[in-house]
Order: sequence, then C-alpha cells, then structure tokens
Amino acid sequence: MSLIRVWLPLVILLSIAVIFVFGLKNDPSYIPSVRIDKKAPSFSLQTLEQAINKSDDSKISPKNWEGKIWILNVFASWCVACNIEHPILMKLANENSNIKIIGLAYKDNPDKTKEWLRKNGNPYDMVLVDLNGNVGIDYGVYGVPETFIIDSVGMIRYKNVGPIQPTFYEDHLLPFINN
Amino acid sequence: MHKKEDSFSLGLFYKTKESNFLEYAQATLPVENNTKPSMSILDEERFHKLTSELRCLVCQNQTIADSNAGLAVDLKNQVAEQIGEGKTNDEILSYMEERYGEFVLYNPQMSVENLGLWVGPFLVVIAAIFIAVNTINKHSKK
Repeated sequence: MSLIRVWLPLVILLSIAVIFVFGLKNDPSYIPSVRIDKKAPSFSLQTLEQAINKSDDSKISPKNWEGKIWILNVFASWCVACNIEHPILMKLANENSNIKIIGLAYKDNPDKTKEWLRKNGNPYDMVLVDLNGNVGIDYGVYGVPETFIIDSVGMIRYKNVGPIQPTFYEDHLLPFINN
Repeated sequence: MHKKEDSFSLGLFYKTKESNFLEYAQATLPVENNTKPSMSILDEERFHKLTSELRCLVCQNQTIADSNAGLAVDLKNQVAEQIGEGKTNDEILSYMEERYGEFVLYNPQMSVENLGLWVGPFLVVIAAIFIAVNTINKHSKK
C-alpha cells in the first residue's frame, strides 16, 4: 500500500511529462482541413489572361477538369514561401503532363502574377484569378501556398499547407493515380 | 502624430516611433477594405458579437474582431456581407465552420470528440472531493 503511495504520483507525473513532450512536436499553426473527402467547392473565375485583358468572361469552374485528377495550387507573387515550392511544381509539370496543375492567384494583382510567372517559369496548365480571396475562403485557405489534390469525381482528397515537399508526387499523387 | 498607416490598427495597442507610450488607436477600418455596408445599430451589434466568436486563423489567439491580418479582414467582410443578406447568426457561424472547421469557433459545441474536455474537469473535482473526504474521515477516526 505504501509502495503505491510513493510511486503512484511519480508514475502519473512521468506519464504527463511524456504526453507534454509529444505535444511539443505538434505544430499549432497547422489546422486540419474539413474539406478533405468533400466535393471541391464550385467557383466561376477568370483566367489570368482574361483578367489582364479586362474580359467579362468568368466561366472557368471545377467542371473543366471533370474525370481527371487535378491539382489546385494557391499561390501569389507576394508569397515568399511560394518561391520554395516553385521548382518542385516546375519539375512536377515537366515530368507529368497528364496531371493538370491549376494555379489560383490568391489576392494578387494580375500584372504582378504574370510578371512573377514570366520570371520564375509557369508550371500551370491554367492560372485562375481570385482577386478578393473569396474562393480561397470557400476552400478553407488560411495561408499561401496551399495545394489541393482533387480526384476524377471532383472530391478533395488531400491538402498541403505550406510549400510542397520534393516527394509530393511519390507521397501523395502516385497513390491516387495507381488507384 | 498619427501617421496614416496607424489607422490600420483597429483598436489595437501600438507603439509610435515618436513616443514610448502605448497609445490607443482610433478604430477605423482601412479604406481599401472598407466594403462594410452601412449597418443598423442592431446589425452592428451582431457584427461585433459574431466577429468576437470567430478565431483568426493566422493569429490563433485572437478573434477576427481583434485582428487586422488579411484573412481576418476578409472574414469580417464576409460576416458583414452575410448580415446584409439577412443570414442568421447560426448560418454565418456554420458557414465559417464548414470552411475552417470547429477550430474557427471560440465557443465550440459539445461533441463526442471533445466530451472529455467538457466533463474532465468536473470528474477531477469530484475525485478530489472524494479523496479529501476519505482522508479527513480516516484521520478524524484516529
């Protein structure tokens, strides 16, 4: 009995300490998406060219890529972290022409977006313009860059917050393509 | 003394270059984001209530009412817009929850996943009272 009384507090203390140590490894700025395995929210947007030419058309919607796996990459010319993932996107675009990579220029001046793409290269099959960030809100975007994988029936299957890793294709895309 | 960009800090304490004292900024919305339509006093109250119930996603320990981060301003505009459209408080909060998860709510609902957080403290108090009463009884019998 007295043995328990001596050791029990220590055991409790240690187990709490272990939980706290693991808690330190969590990233508090990471917010799990509630959009995973849900239908990709619809939108109706202009392409970068249409925005620059001040066209009235804004008819691009997720239906454009129905039946295909596509990537929605939220980026902006003002986004510093976007420079980190840009080469990875370029490589992805060059090596996998079958996957549509769609860029969503988030709250960015279309002219600046264009200039940024001219300077760094354009990995996107199409660049859409989300001037006021409302499409971003629909997708639960809270930081740029963010990358969504959307499957052939229009469901969001994966979301990456922050720059994508060099192993993005192997880790997250390949499993879908193989299915 | 107030420089123009100071008007961006909506009700926040800030430090001016000219003085070392914390000054209270005028609560003015930045002009470029001032899409908030003119509201009735009742709507204004709802706006303040709702925005102080929603978490700023990029500055997690603030409500969007307290924050001027880009996303917080966007979400405030959404709230104002939806009040203008005649949406109810519940509709506006669930709009946010649908997009950003329960995390966005400062007053999360009780659910199976967070039941422990709601009930846990009471269990601990009950256990403590139980142990205390037991200990007192044991010692007073001696």
